[in-house]
Amino acid sequence: MVRFVFARLLRALITILAVVTFAFVVLRMSGDPAQVMLGPDVPQDAVDAFRNAWGLDQPLWIQYLAYIKSIFTGDFGVSMRDKASALQLVLERVPATLQLTIPALLLKLMIGVPAGVYAALHRQSAIDRGVILLAILGFTLPSFVLGLLLVLVFSVILGVLPSGGQDTWVHGLLPTITMSIGGIGILARFSRSAMIEVMGQPYIRTASAKGLKWSNVVWNHALPNAAVPIITIVGFMVGSLIAGAVVVESIFSWPGIGRLLVVSVSNRDLAVVQCILLMIAATMVLSNLMVDLFYGWLDPRLRHQTAH
Amino acid sequence: MVAALIKAEGLTRIYEMRRGLFGKVTPVRAVDDLSLKVLPGETLGVVGESGSGKSTLGRMLLGIDPAESGTVTFEDKPMPAFGTAEWRALRVRMQLVYQDPLAALDRRLTIATQIREPLDIHNLLTKDERDARVQALMAAVGLRPDQADRYPHELSGGQRQRAVIARALASRPRLIVCDEPVSALDVSIQAQVVNMLRDLQDEFQIAMVFISHDLKVVRNIADRVVVMYLGRIVEEASSDVIFASPRHPYTQALVSSVPVPGQPLKGRMILQGEPPNPASRPSGCAFHPRCPLATDICRTTVPMLRTVGLQRAAACHLVEGANAPIAA
Amino acid sequence: MTTADLDHTHTIASRRPCFVATLRRHVPLSIGLGILWLVVMVLVAIFADVLRPYSITAMDLTNRLSAPGNPKHWLGTDELGRDVLARLIQSVRISLVIAFSATIISAVFGTALGFAAAKFRGIVEHVVLVLADFQAALPFLVMSLAVLAFFGSSMVLIVCLMGFYGWERYARVARGLAISASAQGYASAVVQLGASPLRVYFRHILPNVASTLIVSMTLTFPEIILMESGLSFLGLGVQPPETSLGNMVGFGREYLTRAPWIMLAPALVIMLTTLSISLVGDWLRDKLDPTVR
Repeated sequence: MVRFVFARLLRALITILAVVTFAFVVLRMSGDPAQVMLGPDVPQDAVDAFRNAWGLDQPLWIQYLAYIKSIFTGDFGVSMRDKASALQLVLERVPATLQLTIPALLLKLMIGVPAGVYAALHRQSAIDRGVILLAILGFTLPSFVLGLLLVLVFSVILGVLPSGGQDTWVHGLLPTITMSIGGIGILARFSRSAMIEVMGQPYIRTASAKGLKWSNVVWNHALPNAAVPIITIVGFMVGSLIAGAVVVESIFSWPGIGRLLVVSVSNRDLAVVQCILLMIAATMVLSNLMVDLFYGWLDPRLRHQTAH
Repeated sequence: MVAALIKAEGLTRIYEMRRGLFGKVTPVRAVDDLSLKVLPGETLGVVGESGSGKSTLGRMLLGIDPAESGTVTFEDKPMPAFGTAEWRALRVRMQLVYQDPLAALDRRLTIATQIREPLDIHNLLTKDERDARVQALMAAVGLRPDQADRYPHELSGGQRQRAVIARALASRPRLIVCDEPVSALDVSIQAQVVNMLRDLQDEFQIAMVFISHDLKVVRNIADRVVVMYLGRIVEEASSDVIFASPRHPYTQALVSSVPVPGQPLKGRMILQGEPPNPASRPSGCAFHPRCPLATDICRTTVPMLRTVGLQRAAACHLVEGANAPIAA
Repeated sequence: MTTADLDHTHTIASRRPCFVATLRRHVPLSIGLGILWLVVMVLVAIFADVLRPYSITAMDLTNRLSAPGNPKHWLGTDELGRDVLARLIQSVRISLVIAFSATIISAVFGTALGFAAAKFRGIVEHVVLVLADFQAALPFLVMSLAVLAFFGSSMVLIVCLMGFYGWERYARVARGLAISASAQGYASAVVQLGASPLRVYFRHILPNVASTLIVSMTLTFPEIILMESGLSFLGLGVQPPETSLGNMVGFGREYLTRAPWIMLAPALVIMLTTLSISLVGDWLRDKLDPTVR
């Protein structure tokens, strides 16, 4: 088990390093931030001074090493635009994003999983078909279309809900719903097939043949086993708590990480973009890591397999 | 004496097996310091229980499994490494017939296409000659011409194995290794396929290594037999000699379990104890825990393969007349 | 495997008497509608030049923001008086072309990496695993956003970028199937005949895993459409004057209150198309692939 955890941690670290390197290389290779920041017709010595001040005149690999070193000391650089600490800027926006993503995640769990399990237990019924259709509809509907439709109906036509901003909890309603619909569809479909798979297993048939109460079979035998694959999807959703709101924040002018990313990307604010990418990747890797460890703890077979 | 077509000397194959998560890596000797040779046109039967290393031996003779030590020499040249261009080119001369013909055939290609494949791969013959060769092969293995466009799943098990054999013979090889070629077939079909193999072998003068756990089948086809136990040869002799008068206790037990038509089974030796497990090899003679005759020396000293009489070699301390070790 | 084969021969045999009747019996209505819609979309994309009533940049200044139902402009016009139907037809073509090319790139790239991992194992396999981890760690939309913004958006870059979407799925499938095929059975039999690795992988393993890969493609395709339209919606995908479905929704958003049809028409097309592919893909998976449930 120790070895398994160690191998997983090592892989997580390598992944994060790969993301950092990718962000660094792509962002540095793609153009000269000095030109973007200062505009096209500034004198050459101003450009040189800017480059010197930001260390852009050094060879790329020295910049890279310096960057890695500063990350390890907790220094994520300074925004080229606001001259504020990039980490500070990013962290300020995190609560706003979580205000949307956490309630959305809860909604997905509370609606998606029960709907899928219910559909699985009543296969081929009208409700089952309805759940499947709604689920497919839910995740084929792009969030920007759904968001705009909701705005059209509730803000423009009915005029009952605000279409943007972050002033009260009411403002959060539409973005949260927009974000959760797709996830509900995915979870419902996934829990349904996981549950159907489990219900077909011999141990379930044995348990019900032994004369156990049906609800007992479902709660104590089927659900815990069906939970294993569902956890993967939920882990992925937890991992995208920070990154999952880019489009929705942009529709509803919600001042979260996603908006910051879109703005910083168009301003070519290297430090901020790198910091956001790193943070997103770290969240994702961390939650994948936890899912893996949870699996290993749950299923000794998997533990052995991966350790070999 | 005729020069050997294929010669193996001191072949050893060691698998690494890990037990449990933190278990030590145990080396498993699937084939252990084994030497043999096959003459052109000869059929060598290889007999043993599962785990005796007979399939591994077959794959090593073809150069598919690498040897930890020892050499394989085919037509006086050393076997090239697996997957190299020389190794691939040598497939024209040597072929393998599998136990499970359905798995060995590509389910998306017709029988004729697959029989033709060795000719396509090695670019043998002209296009027309290839078609003629495929037709001739199909006739030789007893497949009807209209079955050429069938897919593997549309044929019976016996027909599939005929197709596999036709494919193996397409390039007119000098050697074919048959690994349990009939054990997946119905008993009624087994004899037909074995007889067909024997006829084809006579016709094309192919040397054959016939691997099987089934003595009845081997007796039918082999000129010479080696009996394997845990990676080593325990007895080797011509087919007639070994079935008429087995000397090694293990061979005796195997032979005595084969019924002879018209006679009640008598003097049957029943094997005691666990079947051989290559991962925990007993000390001394590997067979001693199951041997009814085992003595102290059997538990401590590994018996060498020695010539016994004129046409036989056996690896047993108790076989009398055993003298100097023989070369192969 | 055997059941699938039996099934297959059975359908071939039973199809002969009356193709349409059997089709109706075997294909549910929703799938039939889905297939029909997809066929229409493909035809629209192919014949976009003929079908388009106006040029996508032609402005009808007397008819700006005109509502659908206008005899000159069936689906109305946008803020510059450009015909929504014409732009929609062109958008379908652009979005489908991007999604189609990207799906192919992704399938080829992923399958090649998967085969490479299966063939060479060891270090190559580890590199593929790290790449897959990387892909899983950085949400695709975020990565594309960064790349497109910093390199500047162009058609070629979008297609290449989208071509990385979902490769790890093909890689995983191809690797798993290739390993199981070469461990035993036909692939090792062909190796033993002396076939070169290229022949083994392309003549034998690839045709045998193709149905699974095609199913994966039907799953990736709608996701790529959504990804492209999401990026175009954020203003980083297809750039004006060219138009795509997402890009139309993005620009239509500003006229949500005054002219919702600008946005609704492409939104509906996106929805129906992804829905159809998902339905048909699921159905195909059940039909073709006994290994995936």
